[in-house]
Amino acid sequence: MPVLTEDKVSGGIGVPPRWNAPPGGGGGGGGEPDSSFPISSKQIATWLLMTGIAMLFAGLTSAYIVLRGVPTWESLQLPPLVWVNTLFLIASSLTLELARRSVKTDRMAALRLCLGITAILGIAFVSGQIMLWRQMTSSGLLLASTLHSSFFYVLSGIHAVHILGGLIGLATVSVKAWSGRLSSISFEPLRLCATYWHFMGGVWLYLILLLVFA
Amino acid sequence: MQVQHATEHAHPQLGFWRKYVFSTDHKVIGLQYMITAMAMAVVGGLLSMLMRLQLAWPAHAWPTLGKIFPVAFAGNIMEPGFYVSLVTMHGTIMVFFLFTAVLTGAFGNFLIPLQIGARDMAFPFLNALSYWVFLLSCIVILSALFVAGGAPLGGWTAYAPLSALGEASGPGEGAGMSLWIAALALFTVSGLMGGLNYITTILTMRTKGLSMMRLPLTQWSLLITAVLGLLAFPVLLAAAILLLFDRAGGTSFFIPSGIIMNNRLLGNSGGHPLLWQHLFWFFGHPEVYIVILPAMGMASDILSTFCRKPIFSYKMMVYSMVSIAGLSFIVWGHHMFVSGMSPFLGSVFTMTTLVIAVPSAVKTFNWLGTVWGARIRFTSAALFSIGFISVFVSGGLSGIFLGSSAADIYLQDTYFVVAHFHLVMAIAPLFAAFAGIYYWYPKMFGRFLNETLGKLHFWGSLIGVYAVFFPMHVLGITGHMRRIYDPLFYDFLKPDQAMNVFVSVSAFALATVQLVFLANFFISIFAGKRVTENNPWHATTLEWETPCPTGHGNFGDELPVVHRWAFDYSVPGAKNDFVPQTVPPGGEKL
Repeated sequence: MPVLTEDKVSGGIGVPPRWNAPPGGGGGGGGEPDSSFPISSKQIATWLLMTGIAMLFAGLTSAYIVLRGVPTWESLQLPPLVWVNTLFLIASSLTLELARRSVKTDRMAALRLCLGITAILGIAFVSGQIMLWRQMTSSGLLLASTLHSSFFYVLSGIHAVHILGGLIGLATVSVKAWSGRLSSISFEPLRLCATYWHFMGGVWLYLILLLVFA
Repeated sequence: MQVQHATEHAHPQLGFWRKYVFSTDHKVIGLQYMITAMAMAVVGGLLSMLMRLQLAWPAHAWPTLGKIFPVAFAGNIMEPGFYVSLVTMHGTIMVFFLFTAVLTGAFGNFLIPLQIGARDMAFPFLNALSYWVFLLSCIVILSALFVAGGAPLGGWTAYAPLSALGEASGPGEGAGMSLWIAALALFTVSGLMGGLNYITTILTMRTKGLSMMRLPLTQWSLLITAVLGLLAFPVLLAAAILLLFDRAGGTSFFIPSGIIMNNRLLGNSGGHPLLWQHLFWFFGHPEVYIVILPAMGMASDILSTFCRKPIFSYKMMVYSMVSIAGLSFIVWGHHMFVSGMSPFLGSVFTMTTLVIAVPSAVKTFNWLGTVWGARIRFTSAALFSIGFISVFVSGGLSGIFLGSSAADIYLQDTYFVVAHFHLVMAIAPLFAAFAGIYYWYPKMFGRFLNETLGKLHFWGSLIGVYAVFFPMHVLGITGHMRRIYDPLFYDFLKPDQAMNVFVSVSAFALATVQLVFLANFFISIFAGKRVTENNPWHATTLEWETPCPTGHGNFGDELPVVHRWAFDYSVPGAKNDFVPQTVPPGGEKL
């Protein structure tokens, strides 16, 4: 029996749009354009949200690059904990990906386990970031100490807020998973949550590389 | 055509609050945006009247105003700080809370589902949330007028380091400036929620047969505007966050080291004030097009309807809007020619700025091509659409001068700039918004606006606008500074004073004419002539398939099916001079 996958049952998916259909009277005829769009509304919204977030960090990091060149710039050494936190976030992306793969084959116990581990790793990341900030403040590196420290706090803080948003999404998906509302033919919330989570993981890798090496 | 009863598609009986206040219906949200923006326009307009009062008669005592504003008019004379705060608040309110709100918030919400044959937006709750966050941002920005120290002084561009230093740089730069930043951050969040909804809805919810190249130009303009907003607003948000940290967190992103303010050496280290200008204008120039593109789209559709002709070169209209949007991200430096920019970079920005005139000229050519030889029905909506072209061209031409760095260095921060941007990004969009209101009012309220009052409104506005803003070009060329409190302070500006008085009197007349519109708008809701058919203008687009006013769910049990583009006017051999988009091939002859 063929496996019915999500892509085959989602509404509004199928006939690609005719972007170049000629305007003008008469239209239609043998080939009437169909407006059905090959991507779901929620998926587009997620991608648009990520575009907006990308522009937010592009604006912030362009400021970083500009101010990196001022003569008064003092580079700071980030505590090693930052790499532990980074590993938590990378690991959480891996477990969420495993969750996505589990639901595609209807392995619900594995799905719940992976979602649970992802949430723990996500919380560990945010907690680790808070510990990192406390370590830095106790060593005298405050928000206003240097431009580098200012950028570290602001960029990592805004990123953490977005991770908290992702955790709320993860909690919503987990509730659906525990109440049996996710299956191999209906798992769009998990797919979108995973897309967002991976994206924010990518943003963190970009930020940390910028803050450490640029 | 018979009037249908308003469709009550899947519409439970809701109470007043759920139906008209906490509604998720896109039409109600659109009207909420419109009414709120109109209220903000009244505030912003009154502020500009106070400015004109000061510029025409500086140092004149106004006892009545002294009683109303005892602090701002201490000794019955306007305080300089109050004048500068008027400049800031007028600009901020008009750019964000009127133009952006009315063109994208009001018309975007009202028209997108109606013109694409959908029942509502893709995310109705998000849409409602977008309005309520917008309303909150309006309340926050207005509250800046009433806090201790007053409203911010730095202009709508909030240039650093003044905006970053707090009270140290002036009274309004304290709580007033913080509220300004908070209001803009909220506005940005609201705009992003709206834009996300617009793009998703237009891409995914078009009815059967409505391909992208069959969309009305209003829809194309709203789609492109939403993309611009999505890419530009987050950069403003980024700048606002950094500015907020400079003010509240002690950081120095925009504050250079060794800065002395009001004879006090501040302890900041290392930032760069020009960084704010770059971030602000990277957002700020696309913002100009966020305002003007929906105006272009709406004026195009309305013009075509009343010319009874297809829009001239539909595809080029679409491509030129896309070009304008793309180019708008690489012209921001023309706002900063006098910032110490290298002449080479200045010439690059001059080039990109002049290039953006090309698609704008293409659009103008196409509007003229549409009007050419047409038997125009001179309704108020048509007149305002034609007025839009006139004002857009007048303002656009002076932009060519300002886009050239050599000329701009002389004209920078003079009234020439004030004249330019008011015509091209304030009055032109406003005229298109008026055209839109006269045109879609029957769909909103089931009644017409009074046409006689509409024409009085148009001619009064057109004459008033040119009387106010044309002399400002001359004032600017004589060197009249942009934000000056007392033009009589300098001897070389004294000969300009008669012109300042003329501009102010014209501005008061122009404002009075707007009262005619406001009266017409609100009285017609209850006493306007009733609409007796679904399609009173004999237009082609899908919103005219619905009853006036349109009920919940917009369309009947079946969504419309589109068979043609949106501009089938005066089709040879057709029975009528318009063929709605829903008429199948060959049906136009029946």
